[in-house]
Amino acid sequence: MSNVLIVGELKDGELKKISREITSAGRKIADALGGKVTALLIGSGVEKFAGDLGAVGADSIVTVNAGDFNAETWANLVAGVIKDKNPSVVLVPHTSQGKDYSPRVAVKVGAGIVADAVGLSVDGGKVVAKKPIYSGKAYGNFKVTSPIAIFTVRPNSQEVVQKAGAGAAEAASPSAGDAKVKIVSSDLSGGNKVQLAEASIIVSGGRGIKGPENWPVLQGLADVLGAALGASRAAVDAGWISHSHQVGQTGKTVSPNCYIACGISGAIQHLAGMGSSKYIVAINKDGDAPIFKVATYGVVGDLFEVVPALTDEFKKVLG
Amino acid sequence: MKIIVLVKQVPDTETNIKVGDKSINEAGIKWIISPYDEFAIEEGLRLREKNGGEVIAVSLGPDRVQESLRQAYAMGADRAVQIKVDNYVPFDTVLTAELIANFAKAENADIIIGGRQSIDSDSSQVVIQVAEGLGIAHISFAVSLEISGTSVKATKEVEGGTQVVETSLPVAITAQKGLNEPRYPNLKGLMAAKKKPIETKTPADLGNPASKIEVVGLEPPPPRIPGRKLEAADAKGYAEQLVKALREEAKVI
Ligand SMILES: Cc1cc2nc3c(=O)[nH]c(=O)nc-3n(C[C@H](O)[C@H](O)[C@H](O)COP(=O)(O)OP(=O)(O)OC[C@H]3O[C@@H](n4cnc5c(N)ncnc54)[C@H](O)[C@@H]3O)c2cc1C
Repeated sequence: MSNVLIVGELKDGELKKISREITSAGRKIADALGGKVTALLIGSGVEKFAGDLGAVGADSIVTVNAGDFNAETWANLVAGVIKDKNPSVVLVPHTSQGKDYSPRVAVKVGAGIVADAVGLSVDGGKVVAKKPIYSGKAYGNFKVTSPIAIFTVRPNSQEVVQKAGAGAAEAASPSAGDAKVKIVSSDLSGGNKVQLAEASIIVSGGRGIKGPENWPVLQGLADVLGAALGASRAAVDAGWISHSHQVGQTGKTVSPNCYIACGISGAIQHLAGMGSSKYIVAINKDGDAPIFKVATYGVVGDLFEVVPALTDEFKKVLG
Repeated sequence: MKIIVLVKQVPDTETNIKVGDKSINEAGIKWIISPYDEFAIEEGLRLREKNGGEVIAVSLGPDRVQESLRQAYAMGADRAVQIKVDNYVPFDTVLTAELIANFAKAENADIIIGGRQSIDSDSSQVVIQVAEGLGIAHISFAVSLEISGTSVKATKEVEGGTQVVETSLPVAITAQKGLNEPRYPNLKGLMAAKKKPIETKTPADLGNPASKIEVVGLEPPPPRIPGRKLEAADAKGYAEQLVKALREEAKVI
């Protein structure tokens, strides 16, 4: 029997999109392997999401009541549920949280792990995970040979497919253990309204925006689209915006459906972070800028004219 | 204070990658220390400068990794250790972490620091797996770190902002950009580093852990959807075309 466990994630008490994405991916794997999909949700009042995950393929939901995120205790909770349910495949979001607890889980349950998978398929009874390597200049396909295989899955890489599962909720209370690291304080004011690494649309600005006073030009477009605001390193190093917005090799890796690069030349280190975006729009004055080599739609023009016009046009059609 | 810094050797970002069947073609590749590991080395050196002790640079791989270890020497590391693996499964983080944890245990290390991820695999796994293997605390994505006596205070990047956290030694840290500015090795350091000994350990010395990953194959990146430059008379014309393309052709907005 090859059952799949997915570990969902919440944000401000709401189910994140990645939770549905990996439930659907888990469903596909379980169907190919002849097993069941269990979704694990940790938090308070998470039972109410049983139906949401059932609708995208979860056969059952295990809920664990817990307070704020702490990597060590969450690793204990997830490992506890894995030991209890004994799945052969575990899918975890490749998010800040997922990256923080999944390594400990892998060691605790003696599992091999492939991180940052963007493709999951089944071959000979085993999952084959595809992941970008060498800054996206190659893709590798890997199998895990241990009895339990863990995969962290990149947000926006899996399709959400409606498929009814039973979605029956069941509470569990594995031991959380003690955390050696204590959280003293949190400052969550500096980030994006929309999480960059998980956003499906990103509006990003580079040195071409000329100065910090011009972010509103891009933010206007981002607001209309419900997009996150990204930046090149040149914009971050100039002190125009905080590093948490930086996309690229020394910033965040993103895979949105649509990446709108405004005044960004498209240096290789920037491409390393956004090259796997599904559609890329480039708005740049210089028709020879390297960004046009990867852009699906290129506009050779002044961003200060094109972006406001684009914002107006989207306002019109999106209402 | 015994500080282990993890030094992974990776292809330079600008290097052209040629994909072989199960690995890349290494001919002509320029190798560098993974950029986040440079923050780790720098932090290790600063901690030693403040608290005393020694910095041990550890790299896993074939003999070419000695070049990266010499660079760590040139920056100021006290010892350099190659965990000599010639044909190991690349990106098997659990195997890598087990080897490093067994080394760290034998050394009785107080602090293990590595980059937040290596730029060839972007896994963000090894350092935290080492922490788990040793049963010690970990702080990931650290942007500031203060250690005095055995108490550890750090700021880490989390989704949407930062957190201040506290723990006590021993601890494993992953370095995020912002933690420090890595120093450049100077010429004198580079010359001296050439003569310094590099210790080697084999997997057999470190418990001979089994691999848990099988490489099925490598492939070039998927082809991109072919692009095109739009043509329009003015900004409004571009905007209309873009909205149409994104909504009707790409169907992403
Ligand atoms: C180790 C290392 C790591 C790095 N990591 C990253 C990283 O994580 N992320 C990253 O982004 N970079 C990174 N870089 C830097 C990278 O090499 C480039 O320097 C950087 O991406 C350039 O940013 P930019 O495109 O905004 O600026 P520029 O290269 O200066 O490009 C600005 C562009 O704006 C255009 N422009 C100007 N005015 C207008 C206008 N009015 N309208 C339209 N277009 C206009 C110009 O034609 C130009 O193409 C890294 C570099 C190194 C060495």
